[in-house]
Amino acid sequence: MQLIFEKSRPGRGSGILPESDIPQALDLNEFGKTSSAFGEIPVELRRKTKLNLPEVAETDLLRHYTQLAKRTYGINDGFYPLGSCTMKYNPRIDEEIAGLSGFSKIHPLQPKHTVEGCLEVLSLAEKYLCEITGMDHMTFQPSAGAHGEFTGLLLIKAYHQKRKDDKRRKIIIPDSAHGTNPASAAMAGFEVVNLSSTKEGLVDIEKLKEIAGEDTAGLMLTNPNTLGLFDRNIAQITKIVHDAGGLTYYDGANLNAIMGIIRPGDMGFDVVHLNLHKTFSTPHGGGGPGSGPVGCKDFLAGFLPEAPEGIGKVKAFYGNFLVVVRALAYILTLGREGIPEAAQSAVLSANYLKKKLSDMYEATSAEPAMHEFVLSLADLKKQCGVSALDMAKAILDNGFYPPTMYFPMIIPEALMIEPTETESRETLDHVADVFKTLYHQALENPESLRHSPAKTPVGRLDEVGAARNPKLIYRPQSDGENRPGIEEEAVTSR
Amino acid sequence: MNTIPKDLKYTKSHEWIRFIDETTVEIGITDFAQHALGDIVFVNLPQEGDSVAIMDVLADVESVKAVSDIYSPVAGTVIEINAELLDAPELLNKEPYEAWIVRIKDVEEIEETLDSEVYEKLTAEEA
Amino acid sequence: MGSYIPSTIAERKSMLEFLGKTSMHELFNHIPAELFLSRPLDLPFGLSELEVRKKLEDLADQNGIFKTIFRGAGAYNHYIPSSVKYISAKEEFVTAYTPYQAEISQGLLQSIFEYQTMICALTGMDISNASVYDGATAAAEAVLMCQDRGRNQVRVSAAINPETLKVVKTYCQAAGMTVVMIPLKGGVTDTEALASSIDDHTAAVLVQQPNYLGLIEDCERIGEIAHAASAKYIMSCYPVALALLKTPFECGADIATGEGQPLGIPLSFGGPYLGYMACRAALLRRLPGRIVGETTDVHGERAFVLTLQAREQHIRREKATSSICSNQALCALTASIYLGALGPSGLISVAEQCHAKATYAAEQISAVAGFELAFSGPFFNEFVTSCPIPAEELMDQLEKKGILGGYPITSGVDQIALGSSPKSSDFPVKLAKANDPSVNLSTAPNSLSKLPENAILWCVTEVNTKAEIDQLVKIIKEVTGRCN
Repeated sequence: MQLIFEKSRPGRGSGILPESDIPQALDLNEFGKTSSAFGEIPVELRRKTKLNLPEVAETDLLRHYTQLAKRTYGINDGFYPLGSCTMKYNPRIDEEIAGLSGFSKIHPLQPKHTVEGCLEVLSLAEKYLCEITGMDHMTFQPSAGAHGEFTGLLLIKAYHQKRKDDKRRKIIIPDSAHGTNPASAAMAGFEVVNLSSTKEGLVDIEKLKEIAGEDTAGLMLTNPNTLGLFDRNIAQITKIVHDAGGLTYYDGANLNAIMGIIRPGDMGFDVVHLNLHKTFSTPHGGGGPGSGPVGCKDFLAGFLPEAPEGIGKVKAFYGNFLVVVRALAYILTLGREGIPEAAQSAVLSANYLKKKLSDMYEATSAEPAMHEFVLSLADLKKQCGVSALDMAKAILDNGFYPPTMYFPMIIPEALMIEPTETESRETLDHVADVFKTLYHQALENPESLRHSPAKTPVGRLDEVGAARNPKLIYRPQSDGENRPGIEEEAVTSR
Repeated sequence: MNTIPKDLKYTKSHEWIRFIDETTVEIGITDFAQHALGDIVFVNLPQEGDSVAIMDVLADVESVKAVSDIYSPVAGTVIEINAELLDAPELLNKEPYEAWIVRIKDVEEIEETLDSEVYEKLTAEEA
Repeated sequence: MGSYIPSTIAERKSMLEFLGKTSMHELFNHIPAELFLSRPLDLPFGLSELEVRKKLEDLADQNGIFKTIFRGAGAYNHYIPSSVKYISAKEEFVTAYTPYQAEISQGLLQSIFEYQTMICALTGMDISNASVYDGATAAAEAVLMCQDRGRNQVRVSAAINPETLKVVKTYCQAAGMTVVMIPLKGGVTDTEALASSIDDHTAAVLVQQPNYLGLIEDCERIGEIAHAASAKYIMSCYPVALALLKTPFECGADIATGEGQPLGIPLSFGGPYLGYMACRAALLRRLPGRIVGETTDVHGERAFVLTLQAREQHIRREKATSSICSNQALCALTASIYLGALGPSGLISVAEQCHAKATYAAEQISAVAGFELAFSGPFFNEFVTSCPIPAEELMDQLEKKGILGGYPITSGVDQIALGSSPKSSDFPVKLAKANDPSVNLSTAPNSLSKLPENAILWCVTEVNTKAEIDQLVKIIKEVTGRCN
């Protein structure tokens, strides 16, 4: 389909603004001529390059984006079992509440007495989320999970610095962790120590004991972990780290499995980040905005971004406020009984689907699943050459979104399935049937899977070409020559 | 698969070493390595003048979905990087034994290397 | 009470039976008993949709919506066309995940590709990412991009938005970089001071255009100084102003960043907003965040895909340049719809009207006794005046007429403390001091540029009418006349 720039026609547009009612505006169009002695923009400060934005009529605009929407798969199109992403239904009421002008039209620098409602939203959200996580304080500045990790790790860093415990430079992270964990640790100025998992996919306690020591700043962990397994040794794990003088960080990506049932604070965690766009049902928006509030125990409160002696701000103003509004609406809807019920149902969905698939697909662990589970297609690939990627692409032709592929990295040919609590039994049964059919198809006619998808708007993409010759913006054929080409600067590896 | 050149030395981590003179070497990755990595889309190179020790990360190569480190089998000083790879990383796939990655001078130390026959045996086992 | 679980109790029971379980609790049997919360959550019982709406509408009603706004300082009240609100609420865009499965995400991917192109059109730069959290974090990420061997220091104009400065400082401290302020002269970055102090430890120079005081900086000159010292040059720009002002590319910037909220995103009490980041092609590998590229599918058709992913955290892990994962895709989409709705002439008109109306307002306000323009340089749509009475008194009177007046920038008292739970009485309203912009301005020697007593930072946009400006001036005259 055409790009909006290709639909552009000179002179098209829609009348959105009135003529200016300030007479000087006319003069200002002619560079440098204005009756006003100040406020004039001298010609040498003015833009010389033509502003190459598309010129389209309002109907063009609407139809363009309607076409784009039709080529986008959202949660209301169907099943979306992306492991570790918690793609649950996003309630419409939450959207409507976030759109109330009493929230959306509030300037962040309004006087305090005119934003009492906003402050109450944040205060309630803090109170409820602290109760759910077992934390004492929370900041809403972080805008996403990775941003929360960065913030939480800075709290840990500040804690050790305040105690002049400067040798604590290392963060222990299991090899099954989300990629953001080590990246955030590096960004916060820590060294990363990789902790290998046991063959069940859990923390290797003996290894942890070896690693934890005087240089340990902390441990980052998600529990249930990225294999969807709950680490039963968690109390011992957090104790080992605490005994070594380190702090413990809970990556809340998988809180949906245990919310209202088990609290990170009670497992011995000192710092927690949440993904409101996962666990608390705020929409993902095609990649954001999310919200990654960070909670901590009392002894770390003085380091929060808002505290006078804190780590400093990590975002302008107060965070992604309207996302917090949505999460609050969700929490109020579910309430004390609905929150654990959602977690239980999420775990039920995952175990139900896992069992339905178990006669064909190899589950990666004998441990009971929580809210998600990981299949390895390594055996299938050996038998017939069909990879996890092929299976995912074949799923596209069956009308739903494929599971997360090739994660966690420690599992070969991984497919990670998180059905969530908002899917019906019929959906899960249908999905199980599709998986079974594809399994047989893989063995009987592997080529057909390798050529999928066939029913999607485009076929498989040339990702190698995209990366080798990056075309990152649209350039009309005619002016391509005037622009500088992509010239890499020799980037050093360290 | 390309045949394994007899005049080069190899490492267990699939780098090759070509001696230009007694203390100057070229380093690249083997055909086996490029095959395992898949289509290479970018090479991250060190700076000329960097001094490296054995097992330091010398460079890394990216495929679409992975990034792999290339370790230095020698200790010395980087005198030249193959800047051509910045524009054409696919050379590592096409001509693995021609597409050298770095040249290192003042080589003082070198890790235990394999000759072509031993290396061939190793890759046969790993495959 | 409300629930989004489709299966009935009976269905759940049969699913449990399939698993050989008799109750939900059995699903958690393998977890040690002492880890369970032994009491119900201390939360209210769930509410119906009707009750939730009422409760949250009541909270929204506790906020004051100003009919007329003359306050900017980092968040701007622009007109948002209906088509922007309508399209950006389309559920496919709202509820989609990051477009990892490109074959069924072409719409989203194409929208991001178009966004990247529009950001490059505005800034003149070669490439753009798919957006980051906000303007402040965009500036901070840009600074980190410039960190290089032996260059561990960033020079930041003292006239940068204080919120941006705070975030830059946090990120820099984490990365082991030092922030050195560049003093001001006449309200703008003192280029002579920069030229005489910049050295070969300087990784980057960061300025804001127009600056926090509303003034237009001589960005080309600053770029020359930065490059003469082989430092990178970062400009954080108000995107609407770029319709009129010299582009970051024309000024020689290596990286252009900014707050995209003015492009169709509501004020929303500070977020979600949109951080845009664009740069020269040479810096491609250092640009953090997601990037969409054009390619072809197996049939040779044009298609779009997330590309250069090996730069990113999920592959590179601790070696990634940034841990950023989420972008603000929906806000980026909103900005591109806004730019598409207005088109080039529309955006230029917005910018011209902002400037013309601000010029008129500055003339009228500064004609009132005691309200002098603090600086004589050219400005875009914000300007600083003095005020003969405590600024809050004036603001209170304006508020009674439904007007949010300019931002008092010497007091900072309107910044509100957040993040303290009701439990923490030891953690009271605490941001006031820390957020005082004058604190930042004075961190650099001789940087104050004579910021007047009771300084007020006024902002005027295309939505403000002449009648509103005249009414504002009338009230100002009344209030200050009476007080005198």
